[in-house]
Amino acid sequence: MIEFTFWDILRNLLFATRWTLLLSMVAFAGGAAVGLLILFARIAKRPWLRRFGAGYIALFQGTPLLMQLFLMFFGLPMLGFRIEPWTAAALGLTFYASAYLAEIWRGGVEALPRGQWDAGASLGLHYLQELRLVILPQAFAITRPPVVGFLVQLIKSTALTSIIGFEELLRTANAINNATFEPFTVYGLVAAIFFVLCYPLTQYARLLERRAPAH
Amino acid sequence: MGTCSLRKAFSAGCPGRVATMGYSLDFRWLHDAAGAIAHGAAMTLLLIACTTVLGILISILLAAARRSRYDLLSKAVAVYVEVVRNTPFLVQLFFIFFGLPTIGIRLDPIVAAILAMTLNMAAYTTEIVGAGLDAVPKGQSEAALALGLRAPQVFIKVILPQALKVIFPALTSQVVIMMLESAVVSQIAVRELAHEADLLQARTFRSFETYLVVTMIYLGLSMAIRRFFVAGGRRVLGAGVS
Repeated sequence: MIEFTFWDILRNLLFATRWTLLLSMVAFAGGAAVGLLILFARIAKRPWLRRFGAGYIALFQGTPLLMQLFLMFFGLPMLGFRIEPWTAAALGLTFYASAYLAEIWRGGVEALPRGQWDAGASLGLHYLQELRLVILPQAFAITRPPVVGFLVQLIKSTALTSIIGFEELLRTANAINNATFEPFTVYGLVAAIFFVLCYPLTQYARLLERRAPAH
Repeated sequence: MGTCSLRKAFSAGCPGRVATMGYSLDFRWLHDAAGAIAHGAAMTLLLIACTTVLGILISILLAAARRSRYDLLSKAVAVYVEVVRNTPFLVQLFFIFFGLPTIGIRLDPIVAAILAMTLNMAAYTTEIVGAGLDAVPKGQSEAALALGLRAPQVFIKVILPQALKVIFPALTSQVVIMMLESAVVSQIAVRELAHEADLLQARTFRSFETYLVVTMIYLGLSMAIRRFFVAGGRRVLGAGVS
């Protein structure tokens, strides 16, 4: 048995944290890109597109992320992709994030007064210009607190990818725990690292919320 | 397993089998698995039912403690809420399930799961219940006190029902979120829905189909829970609950 000192444990966990961070960032960026498409569908004029957007969001918000990850992990090979935990984790979290972000932004778009659309139209802007120049900048601005809040949720959700074999913080912790049998130290440290990542963001979201003009 | 050609799969010759791009989905295992899936779903519902009742009761106490005169108590609750909300549920679960036996407390996986879920849920609902309590105008408790009700009566009969009505949608969402999150307790071998899926796919080698079916059952459960709460809320708290 290898002897692990406290510092060995901490060092190994900190090294693994970069994968947690990288996955969070990739999922957030990917989720924002896909989420924008879903948002367009959700607020489109065609009813079938709206229904598709609503169904997509309901599906991802109504099923466990763990099942979504498993479906990615076992479904991708059927479409001819090679399974790598990293691919399944990044794609799974991307789709998951896209549903939540689309729903948050939809709330922002719908919170805007109807007059914003009318004003855009009266200036001769067509639909996409209205969205790009008038609607979306305002919708993004007023939904910043919940988006930051969701980022916290996303960072925490990366822990689930340990189950499909992605070598992030928690999976590393499981391996160390199996070698050291010090669950309180190991999982306590993991919790502390997640806390250090998430707490500032939580506080930032609160700050944004306080700063937001009351409606 | 019998061989099924693509053409036969589309005809009635091979029920339960659907061909997709170069891979055929096979649902014939479902017939034998229905019992296990139902058992798993029942366990998931049991877990979330216990968690909901315990979590909301605890969070009412914690929300009251958060607003108490005792500074230390109030701060302790605040720390608890922040720690739980800023760490993953799976880590909390492992901390409890693997950690407690090292100090001599041996927990059944189901008990550990309910404990972890309750502690997690209570942290979120404490904030929600607190927001509800703050939303009840101060005049309500003053009026109740003026009518001669004692402080506990004021809280239970006047403040709490009004607060619950305000926060009911948020509570419902939290219960659904917790139910979905409970899938990870499969990792400590609680035989709930996700764990039954793990066992089934190991037996049938039909991983994608198994998780697809179970995912859809989770979707049905989350819609059912939402309906149940809306209907129950209307009945208990009166109209206007959505």
